[in-house]
Amino acid sequence: MIRDITLGQYFPGESAIHRLDPRVKIIATLLFIIELFIVDNFIGFAIAAVYLGAVIAVSRVPLSFIVRGLKPVIIILLFTFALNIFMVDGQIIWQWKFLHITVEGVRLAVFMAIRIILLLIGSSMLTLCTRPLSLTDGIERLLSPFKKIGLPAHEIAMMMTIALRFIPTLLEETDKIMKAQQARGADFESGGLIQKAKALIPILVPLFVSAFRIAMDLAMAMESRCYRGGEHRTRMHEMKLKGMDWAAIAFLVVFLAMIIIESRIF
Amino acid sequence: MSIQVENLVHIYDKGMPSEQLALDNVSFEAEDGQLVGIIGHTGSGKSTLLQHLNGLLRPHSGKVIVGGVDITQPGVPMVQIRKKIGLVFQYPEYQLFEETVAKDVAFGPKNLGLSEEEIAERVREAIELVGLDYEEVAERSPFDLSGGQKRRVAIAGVVAMRPEVLILDEPTAGLDPKAHQDVLKMVQEVHERTGNITILVSHNMADIARLCDKVVVIDSGKLVAVGTPYEVFSQKDQLREVGLELPPVTQFTETLREKGIELDSTILDVDTAVSQIAKYLKKEK
Ligand SMILES: Nc1ncnc2c1ncn2[C@@H]1O[C@H](COP(=O)(O)OP(=O)(O)OP(=O)(O)O)[C@@H](O)[C@H]1O
Ligand SMILES: [Mg+2]
Repeated sequence: MIRDITLGQYFPGESAIHRLDPRVKIIATLLFIIELFIVDNFIGFAIAAVYLGAVIAVSRVPLSFIVRGLKPVIIILLFTFALNIFMVDGQIIWQWKFLHITVEGVRLAVFMAIRIILLLIGSSMLTLCTRPLSLTDGIERLLSPFKKIGLPAHEIAMMMTIALRFIPTLLEETDKIMKAQQARGADFESGGLIQKAKALIPILVPLFVSAFRIAMDLAMAMESRCYRGGEHRTRMHEMKLKGMDWAAIAFLVVFLAMIIIESRIF
Repeated sequence: MSIQVENLVHIYDKGMPSEQLALDNVSFEAEDGQLVGIIGHTGSGKSTLLQHLNGLLRPHSGKVIVGGVDITQPGVPMVQIRKKIGLVFQYPEYQLFEETVAKDVAFGPKNLGLSEEEIAERVREAIELVGLDYEEVAERSPFDLSGGQKRRVAIAGVVAMRPEVLILDEPTAGLDPKAHQDVLKMVQEVHERTGNITILVSHNMADIARLCDKVVVIDSGKLVAVGTPYEVFSQKDQLREVGLELPPVTQFTETLREKGIELDSTILDVDTAVSQIAKYLKKEK
């Protein structure tokens, strides 16, 4: 049920990609996304796809698992595809009443679809191959230069860590409460909109109560271990770039260069 | 009413890296009037098994036959099944949500579509049955009650539906000794009053030995033993292998037996133990 959502999920593994420094992975992902918006022809996408394919191959995350994560966004994908294909003016190849399809429209629709798919897969590779905790650690480190201008980097990272940590817990809790109310004869499927909304009350009230209880417990547990925020905290795992990270950076630079050269030529 | 579980297999997160075989070919049956105990180590699959009995989980394969109907088949009306089979979850107090205790207990009966009077009557009866004072608690918020009281209100919520089969998943977990005994006494009372099937999960071997007619032992999703408490607790090596202990009395008498004191094997209650030891002591003199 609820647990089937795989978007943003971590896929446990020991591959080289999994073991890379999170900072490298975050920057690589950001650059990859920027690249996708710079690219303005299909050859550029081909280069990006090969790069992404290489990353997937090394990560050993099954392709079927990645594709499954795309399911929830298929609607958005189809919607933009339809919008593009019908809305662009140009050389008409098919027409029916006010609807028309143009060569430019098809090109743009396919172009955007590829861009969105690459974007989604590219960014999901980051979460699939990085433990949530090291992800937030990486973000904290990357944001720490901005502390000088008053950005609470540690607090932001801590909030993200906690949020990420408790998503599965809350999903589990929801699942449990739903089952418990179903066992008492609650019906979440039938009935109109108002009835369905009403049926949510027996789930939401206990869920909020649980969420607050969990939050209180956590706050208490953190305080009783003398947590006081970011100042002077040292960390258990110091982040240091290793040989593999440098190799990844080199790989990234080559990819960047290829995209830039390609966009100059074509 | 009877329940037959046949070759039940359940796999969580199928096709994911976290895939887990939670039930592996489990079969047992229960009949009217039986109080069935399910025991097993933490994570052995007890809660998973219970959720199959009223169709909250669907098995990978196998059958759950309730009153002659295989409820794992598609098209079986689940609301009907859940009317017949009342399931009290582990830590049920976390499902309370209404403003008052009476309203919360009425949630189940209301879902059954009963009349106002019938609901009011059942609510009163259920609250008293679980050992709470109706006048005192009915109009209070369930969130203001103590943990043990909340637990009772939650159990009342299921009892008020008058299910033909009452299933309780560790109803005494985390209660103080008095509340623990009270809840068990209440379960026994309800069971005797209705003469239906009651299924009880517990980690307390003494309770299981004392209350149950039949004991089902599972370990890592597999059925280890089924039988009367005597049959099950006499397989003590097998139980130890799956990390379960004998009831304290039995442990005591078995230790005495190992020391060469002649007693019957597998004594399950204190009274028998006392009379046997007294008999032995008389003979020794
Ligand atoms: N919703 C779920 N998704 C995935 N795995 C689950 C889920 N629920 C339980 N499991 C797994 O299935 C196995 C059996 O769990 P179950 O809750 O049935 O155990 P249990 O015997 O009730 O344990 P306990 O005595 O702690 O209540 C466990 O290993 C657990 O990790
Ligand atoms: Mg359990």
